[in-house]
Amino acid sequence: MKESTTYNPIYGLVAKTVCYIFLIFLSVLCILPFLMLIINSTRMHSEIMKGFSFVPGTSFLDNMIKLLSDDNIPVLRGLLNSVFISCSCAFLTVYFSAMTAYGIHIYSFKLKNFSFNFIMLVMMVPAQVSALGFIRLVINMGMMDTFFPLIIPAVASPIVFFFMLQYMKSILALEIVESARVDGAHEFLTFNSIVLPILQPAIALQAIFSFVQNWNNYFMPALIINSKDNKTIPILIAQLRSADYMKFDLAQVYVLICIAIIPLMIMYLILSRFIIRGVTMGSVKG
Amino acid sequence: MHNRRKREVKEARTLTKKKFVNYSRWGYFFIAPFFIIYLVFSLFPLITTFYDSFFENYRVGLMQVGPTFVGFANYLKIFESDILKYGLNTVILWILNFIPQITVSLLLAIWFTSYSLNLKGQQFFKTIIYMPNLIMAAAFSMLFFTLFSDGGPINLYLGNAGIIKEPIRFLARVDWTRTLICIMNFMMWFGNTTILLMSGIMGIDVSLFEAARIDGASSLKTFTKVTMPLLLPIFVYVLITSLIGGIQMFDVPQILTNGNGAPDRTSMTLVMFLNKHLASMNFGLAGAVSVLIFFVTVGFSVLVYKTLMKNYDPKRSAK
Repeated sequence: MKESTTYNPIYGLVAKTVCYIFLIFLSVLCILPFLMLIINSTRMHSEIMKGFSFVPGTSFLDNMIKLLSDDNIPVLRGLLNSVFISCSCAFLTVYFSAMTAYGIHIYSFKLKNFSFNFIMLVMMVPAQVSALGFIRLVINMGMMDTFFPLIIPAVASPIVFFFMLQYMKSILALEIVESARVDGAHEFLTFNSIVLPILQPAIALQAIFSFVQNWNNYFMPALIINSKDNKTIPILIAQLRSADYMKFDLAQVYVLICIAIIPLMIMYLILSRFIIRGVTMGSVKG
Repeated sequence: MHNRRKREVKEARTLTKKKFVNYSRWGYFFIAPFFIIYLVFSLFPLITTFYDSFFENYRVGLMQVGPTFVGFANYLKIFESDILKYGLNTVILWILNFIPQITVSLLLAIWFTSYSLNLKGQQFFKTIIYMPNLIMAAAFSMLFFTLFSDGGPINLYLGNAGIIKEPIRFLARVDWTRTLICIMNFMMWFGNTTILLMSGIMGIDVSLFEAARIDGASSLKTFTKVTMPLLLPIFVYVLITSLIGGIQMFDVPQILTNGNGAPDRTSMTLVMFLNKHLASMNFGLAGAVSVLIFFVTVGFSVLVYKTLMKNYDPKRSAK
């Protein structure tokens, strides 16, 4: 019998080395921009203009203080707005998606299949295509330049609904709900105090994803928000981009980018195992 | 005796049925918030978007023009403008990112799941390559803009090292601008795609690979005859979501080029064009662009799904 080349030890060693080199190359590609970002945010404007070096500077705090005291870019306010909007959205998304999934999973009502199919159908419709109607609606409701149009639609998010439904199918038995009924629990009480705790892992995961998505969201907020005090971090970054770049203190630009991405990166690195495991959970089951 | 039992069963049935009916209406309460919000904030706007696309409705300075019904005039107008060019830009930017992305992701997914390679430190590599996916696209793009600007760190570094004499004007050149956008999109999505494909490969029955190995199949043959056909559903899912994401491409080119798609609007995408009309409150044209994007999205998804699933027989590979 011809021996397969895969089992030649030298061939295996070479293959392995090639794999590792390629993986290390990709990892460096992924880390390098952020490394440069962090290094440059610790250097002074004049140092940055001179050239790049991999030795970090010492002026991170100075740069930070300068950025925070700049009146044209309300960073602290933007940070607060971003956190508020992202947290509210994350809460609404997970709570109501779980609730909708529960309604479809546990009860069998007349429009059940229709509702499910409807949500599946609209899942792939991108939000941008209804942006025009949405903005006109917001104008007519007098809610331009407020947070409501950025937060309220988070109640209906088909993808998170689908994820919750999949999770419930794998974990939530009707018997649990029925035993709560026998004990005389009201339907909403059952959902809030018995079902939600069971769904905890899925809720935590989707809350993280929803938070990140809203934290990073630029398209909608940029069209809804006008006034300085309501701006979120992505809008501030865009504002910086459209300002005259050359006049700007570059160190502050880097610090602002740091503020936008480093906290999330730290959170990700702490929870990476949990998050990566979750990436595949909601997708189609092959 | 027999009759009594029958009656009891019947009673029990009506009882459960009654209980069933009693509870089932609760379902509506649970799904109501989702549907109310969806209808008000997504479906209704979608319909009015279609409706608005048939009206001339914009503002010049303080003067409001319209709304007047103009039929398909808005559609003609956007086709007379450069929308085909923007569509082509979007396609180019998507393809240039997707082909390397799917190639690298497939390769990594196969390596990570290969028993004979048995790579160490998988968790570490997965953590690193997935990280850019969670980064704010606007901030990431701004970072690339500062790094690759004419006097930015990349140019300074290359210049100081003596590799280049003149700074490369990355953002004034079509090829470089597009390459930068593609690199960013690649970095943001290849980790995600790798993880999805990996889960697909790990879902395949190991005995099939074992059988292929015993039959003396080469790794290329195993890939084309065993892995790929069974991976098809996940592959289609990745392709469609990436395609829809590609049509929606906005943040990265918008911030990198400050919304003008420089140089010479060669990196202007469809959604950037839509955003331009939305920001200037030209509702008629924005409506026409939206409707176009909607049909392109639906059309592409159906097309991809149909062509790729043609060869896939769910009965044969159903577990």
